[in-house]
Amino acid sequence: MTELNEILLEVKDLKTHFHTKHGVSKAVDGIDFTLRKGETLGIVGESGCGKSITSLSILRLIPSPPGKIAGGQILYKGRDLVTLPDNEMRKIRGNDISMIFQEPMTSLNPVIPVGEQIAEAIRLHQKMSKKEARLKAVDMLKLVGIPSPEKRAKQEPFQLSGGMRQRVMIAMALSCNPEVLIADEPTTALDVTIQAQILELIKELQARLGMGVMMITHDLGVVAETCDTVAVMYAGNIVEHASTQNLFDDPKHPYTRGLLASLPKIDEDRDELYTIEGSVPSAYNMPVGCRFASRCEFAQAVCLEKKPDLIEQSDGTKVRCWMYSDEWAGAKPTEEVFN
Amino acid sequence: MKIAEEKKVLLEVANLKQYFSVKKDSIFKPKTYVKAVDDISFVVNEGETLSIVGESGCGKSTTGRSILKLDEPTGGKVIYAGRNLVDLSRKEMRDLRGDLQVIFQDPFASLNPRQTIKQILTEAMTIQQSVPKPLQKDRMAELLNLVGLPTEALNRYPHEFSGGQRQRIGIARALAVDPKLIICDEAVSALDVSIQAQILNLLKKLQKQFQLTFLFISHDLSVVRHISDRVMVMYLGKIVEISDKKDLFDNPLHPYTKALLSSIPATNPSIKNERILLKGDVPSPINPPSGCRFHTRCPFAADRCKTEEPALRELEPDHFVSCHFAEELAQ
Amino acid sequence: MLMFILRRLVQTIPVIFGVTIVVFIIMQLVPGDPAVLLAGEGATKETIEALRVQLGLHQPLYAQYIDYVTNIFRGDLGTSLKNNQPVLDEILIRLPITLELAIISTFITVVLGMAAGIISAVKPYSIIDTVVMILALLGISLPSFWFGLMLMYGFSVKLQIFPVAGWDSMAHIVLPAFTLGAGGAAIVARMTRSSMLEVIRQDYIRTARAKGVKERVIIYKHALRNALIPVITVVGLQFGALLGGTVLVESIFAINGLGRMIVDSIRMRDLPMVQGGVLVASLVFVVVNLLVDILYRFFNKRIELN
Repeated sequence: MTELNEILLEVKDLKTHFHTKHGVSKAVDGIDFTLRKGETLGIVGESGCGKSITSLSILRLIPSPPGKIAGGQILYKGRDLVTLPDNEMRKIRGNDISMIFQEPMTSLNPVIPVGEQIAEAIRLHQKMSKKEARLKAVDMLKLVGIPSPEKRAKQEPFQLSGGMRQRVMIAMALSCNPEVLIADEPTTALDVTIQAQILELIKELQARLGMGVMMITHDLGVVAETCDTVAVMYAGNIVEHASTQNLFDDPKHPYTRGLLASLPKIDEDRDELYTIEGSVPSAYNMPVGCRFASRCEFAQAVCLEKKPDLIEQSDGTKVRCWMYSDEWAGAKPTEEVFN
Repeated sequence: MKIAEEKKVLLEVANLKQYFSVKKDSIFKPKTYVKAVDDISFVVNEGETLSIVGESGCGKSTTGRSILKLDEPTGGKVIYAGRNLVDLSRKEMRDLRGDLQVIFQDPFASLNPRQTIKQILTEAMTIQQSVPKPLQKDRMAELLNLVGLPTEALNRYPHEFSGGQRQRIGIARALAVDPKLIICDEAVSALDVSIQAQILNLLKKLQKQFQLTFLFISHDLSVVRHISDRVMVMYLGKIVEISDKKDLFDNPLHPYTKALLSSIPATNPSIKNERILLKGDVPSPINPPSGCRFHTRCPFAADRCKTEEPALRELEPDHFVSCHFAEELAQ
Repeated sequence: MLMFILRRLVQTIPVIFGVTIVVFIIMQLVPGDPAVLLAGEGATKETIEALRVQLGLHQPLYAQYIDYVTNIFRGDLGTSLKNNQPVLDEILIRLPITLELAIISTFITVVLGMAAGIISAVKPYSIIDTVVMILALLGISLPSFWFGLMLMYGFSVKLQIFPVAGWDSMAHIVLPAFTLGAGGAAIVARMTRSSMLEVIRQDYIRTARAKGVKERVIIYKHALRNALIPVITVVGLQFGALLGGTVLVESIFAINGLGRMIVDSIRMRDLPMVQGGVLVASLVFVVVNLLVDILYRFFNKRIELN
């Protein structure tokens, strides 16, 4: 048996910036995390928090210009992907690390039969004849549960439903047995019953193939459903990094708590939802202090002056909030605030 | 909150049908139709929020559009204030538009980008003649205040606002004409969670303040649970279940409703739901399955389901379901 | 697909009738009596009248039209007033020359235009892109008669690489075909560039990159096939414009093609010849449009569903 705890991916102080005519947008501004074999790491946050840019940065798929990895390291089994030459990077993509995207409708090439699109990925990374690759593609379609895969392989994407297209994307991503699968909002565009099918499929295949999965999502339900650990992002930073159980049982950062409280619950009635007032600061002009301070009910002077570090708690959760430091003098929030 | 007094019906929909013809691929084949909404009947009570949920292609948005005659219904009746909207002329309908307003998913697409917020609101009030000219200015300030926007917003253009703020503008425009019923078509679906919470709270507040009735169309069951009084579940153009919210969520009777509810990811990892995983995709509404339209994906389907279409029947007080085996499955 | 081709074929029938009506009416509107013209100066009234009867000009308009159309279906486009030869014979001699010119020009339009467009799109806003786009702008703006004359002056008179005029060898074809194709190539280049830039931004290109596909393969396999779909339509339209252009180019380079025949016939008031020439040119255009539609459909199967 292979070592389950083996670290596959180690991201250190990653910074991805966009240089536009309005200035420099620090979309991802110094984030750290690791992904181990067999682990599912959730990266969760609202639009513009930098979660998708993070995932694209790992495969170096940031459109450049204007985007640029401005600093940090992305270590895949010890090799730094940031400095890898282009041809080496191409060998990693789709082979060691592969990715599925949010929009199954637009993520497949409309004029190429889906089987051929999968076969292309296989032949890029494995020595196989065209015929063998085509057979493997059909096998992959079978693996992801597409009925009559031989027939489907010859069809073009427009002949498939959204759920089936996402299965094709998964088949393609898994065709070279990747060590890491990055799933960027894989179910956001799908109906809830189809979402359940796709999440189930990803979980099942992960258990079978033992890969590490990065689940990028805005949906805390998807996180609760699939992830072992979670990183909550806000304005280009990770503000809380915890095991999924801890995050939901004992959320610490005021942003995480606000986010959870503002969700309508399926099993509970309340008259009014908690709301986080205000809006996210502009990525072109980040405040010097805590980036959430302007919207935080508990902010003190220190929050506006200095940016907090990620502070590790006794349960292993890391939280970027002054409230959890020794210097904190203000009141700590009670549960009632978020109810 | 239960209202003790007799509920007053605001809008009644009877045998509503909305078919769209499909382009033929051969002149020898008969003309085919997408039966987007196929013979549905329900009522909307005054002051309540009735939600329509279902997956894409179930006909929930089409239902909303048909009621407002944004698409001319193929058949059936929509009775509002004693009149059948389906029979009304364009002009007669225009007089009623003030009572019946709509808020869409993408507020940006429904706001004219070349008009300032002031022009947008003035136009709405002028067309419906809901507010006399001299009072319009005060009314606008009041509206913005109601939806939580600063008065400075009046002279700005839609693109200068964020998604949540635009939805507030859409709500202000709907309110400008003193509506009775607002159809919210996926009104919060495109918003981030924290913004969604703000808009949901706003809608609830306004409903209380102005005794509004909402027909709330959404695919998001958690949102529906939060905002509704009653819920109607649709599948392939048919109503499969309709009932009081609490009954529907705590005691769903239709297998589709059960599967739908069990598909929602729980927002707590400790709760592991027994999941009913439906097989396959929703069939095409061009050629829907015979009998019960859900039988191709139903884990409990029997021969009878393939041939005989189940009627919507009242199984429990105010709890309607269209399934042959609802009694057996309830046990 | 077969159904579509059949339907499109049926749709061309009214178009063809429309063309005959328009051609017929235009010729009626041309001032001057062809009988007078044909009889020559000093002809007696009786001679002219006899000619009118011979040409059928004494009949009412609709009868003339019916005659005209019936004759077309018999393969009879009339007789040239100038040399008494059947119009169809004359056209059949000229048409292949014009078609050859048009096809080679289209080839230049497509190959040169797409190549330039792709080169531009691969490195947008680079120096190469700027140069190509300036050339394309010139190609669109310069009138072809001037451009043709400049080519003739440069390559035939000064450098003496290509013959000045005529239509005997491959060398004769180069300058007129280039003159005729340049404008289209410029339009196709701009279209290809914008279409490629649009396609390169699509999600499926990102997917291809995420698979580890080489940038060159992404351009030629994944992007180009999608980018060409709108370009096909433009090429089809260009072919029509090109047919019109042959009139000018054939005159400049003294080529005995259909275009020049029409111009000469107009000058001679050789009505049947003009009618026949315009009719055949229009039919060629209708057929080309049909082919383009079918090709477009073939490349873009998705529209079949909608």
